[in-house]
Amino acid sequence: MIEGLLIGLAAAFSLKNLTMVIAGCLIGTFIGMLPGLGPMSIIAIMIPVAITLGDPSAALILLAGVYYGAIFGGSTSSILLNAPGVAGTVATSFDGYPMARQGQAGKALTIAAIASFAGGTIGAVLLMVFAPMLSTVALLFHSAEYFALMVVGLSAIAAFAGTGNVAKAILMTLLGLIMATVGEGALFNLPRFTMGLMDLQSGFSFITLAMAMFALPEAIFLVLNPARSAQASGNGKIENLRITREEGRKIAPVIGRQSIQGFFIGVLPGAGATIASFLGYAVERNIASKEEQAEFGKGSIKGLAAPESANNAACTGSFVPLLTLGIPGSGTTAILLGALIALNVTPGPRLMLDEPQIFWSVIISMYIGNLVLLILNLPLIPYIAKVLTIPRNYLIPFILFFTLMGSYIGQNNATELLLLVGMGVCATVLRFADYPLAPLLIGFILGRMLEDNFARSMQLYDGVGFILDRPMTLGLLVIAALLVVVPSYRARRAKARKEGVAEGD
Amino acid sequence: MALDRWIAMVILCIALAYGYAAFFTMDELLPPFMQRNPIWPSTFPKVLSVLAILASLVILLGLEKSTGPSKTPDIDYRRLGDYNLGQALALLALMVAYALLLRPAGFVLSTTGFLVGGAVILGERNFLILIPVAAVATGIVWYLVDEVLGIFMRPLPNFM
Repeated sequence: MIEGLLIGLAAAFSLKNLTMVIAGCLIGTFIGMLPGLGPMSIIAIMIPVAITLGDPSAALILLAGVYYGAIFGGSTSSILLNAPGVAGTVATSFDGYPMARQGQAGKALTIAAIASFAGGTIGAVLLMVFAPMLSTVALLFHSAEYFALMVVGLSAIAAFAGTGNVAKAILMTLLGLIMATVGEGALFNLPRFTMGLMDLQSGFSFITLAMAMFALPEAIFLVLNPARSAQASGNGKIENLRITREEGRKIAPVIGRQSIQGFFIGVLPGAGATIASFLGYAVERNIASKEEQAEFGKGSIKGLAAPESANNAACTGSFVPLLTLGIPGSGTTAILLGALIALNVTPGPRLMLDEPQIFWSVIISMYIGNLVLLILNLPLIPYIAKVLTIPRNYLIPFILFFTLMGSYIGQNNATELLLLVGMGVCATVLRFADYPLAPLLIGFILGRMLEDNFARSMQLYDGVGFILDRPMTLGLLVIAALLVVVPSYRARRAKARKEGVAEGD
Repeated sequence: MALDRWIAMVILCIALAYGYAAFFTMDELLPPFMQRNPIWPSTFPKVLSVLAILASLVILLGLEKSTGPSKTPDIDYRRLGDYNLGQALALLALMVAYALLLRPAGFVLSTTGFLVGGAVILGERNFLILIPVAAVATGIVWYLVDEVLGIFMRPLPNFM
């Protein structure tokens, strides 16, 4: 581990990678602040840039910087405008916005920055400890277990989609998997489902799909409903950034608890910054004393610190399954995985052994990134917040232009742009009907790997016998089935109970 | 029928077509030596099509009941007319036009046109600021893509 750390330090402190961290954090903060643009849209827009860099560690460092920058930027707009740019910072606005209304915007931003910093840093320490342990275990895995593990990941994502939505999430995952089978696979050297079209020979482009699923619907929603892009009046002065020692003592235990809790929630597939922040807020409110509890929702500093540290720690935690198993647990890490595959790096347990400089430099860059966010953004926040005053007449055409450009430079093909618009419209309609889109993209990215591992185990065991021959595979598949069945079964029973219908157990 | 069930029906049709292709059209093309393999190119798609048909039927028939209070969505599609639908459609049309014009009209012209057109659709009328901003942004992006990232894009129209 010491050796790895040194490799990481050497790589992360190169001028190029330092620039990447700083650039990533700044870009992420800027765009994350714009209401309505989440980290997935921003990362999707940044991918073509990252891929053209050509260096996998620089690309991953840049994208990771954008990721936590976006979460940080989202909390700024939550506090100042009550308009969270990111779902993970909705809980921040519960107490952050009331504080800003009381003229304590500066203090709220400071607390948010410190809590984010602590959450991110503690998360990085835990990542450094747990990722190598998990990847040692993962090295024992066989393609059969990988297949089963991916099925578990996909069904966990569907299961966390919430009651009434499990079937929709499963259907979206399957649609993503189906889309992944289009084109020529490495395994059979046969074009499949191309309908004879040359343009589909190499399958759908992942960048176009990511743009169409996230960036484009967001932009269309901003157009449809102007209330989503709440504008700052531009005269809100942000001053008095200091917090007192007593306040610091009050929030320290909250930050500590929520960083650890947030990290472990982030590790779980399907749960992420959003769930971590809401849960963190709820837990802290429940364990606070009576008089503090009354303050929650009216500008409590504890209520602000809890979701902020939890969401940043969860972001870091979501890197654990990505870096150790190569299985993304969230839409954002799925996009990161897609970018890494495009750069010819396969994340997984071998990553630490084969390319330690990537693994460790990303971890080191997380420390640097959090430091950058703290020392660069805190004094600059009043100026960066000016981005909130950009008129939407300018903003929206630019967002649309960047999605078009990203998909064009990925493929250098104008047909791709038509495909982008078409899929973007489909994605918007899906969002109208409350279909989750992240499972589709995760399914699409995992599709090839899932089929490859499935095919390999089928060949090794000459049939589906591997499911019974390998107890671990069987166990994982049973878990996957339970994850899907149990929530809908419980929902059914709860409903039956509510209606007073007796039901045999 | 609610929109989500219409969508489930569309996906069901896609899954049926996909399943038909997987079950009945792919295997004849397989060379004999590959037929001894335990896994065929059509195996995985067959599994997927069956699962997708089942999942879309669950939604279509409303087998999964949601228990939580129905949350209000960001945008209620039943009142789509209340939103700026015209603007959204015009912007989408502009994107299609951009896709078709990018090669023939060149990057500089089509991008400046796109940025100005998009802002005009959204209601911007201050051309004295808008056009210079769009032109400068186009120039910067072209420089970044062409010079820094090294991806060639024809800056000027075809005939120049």
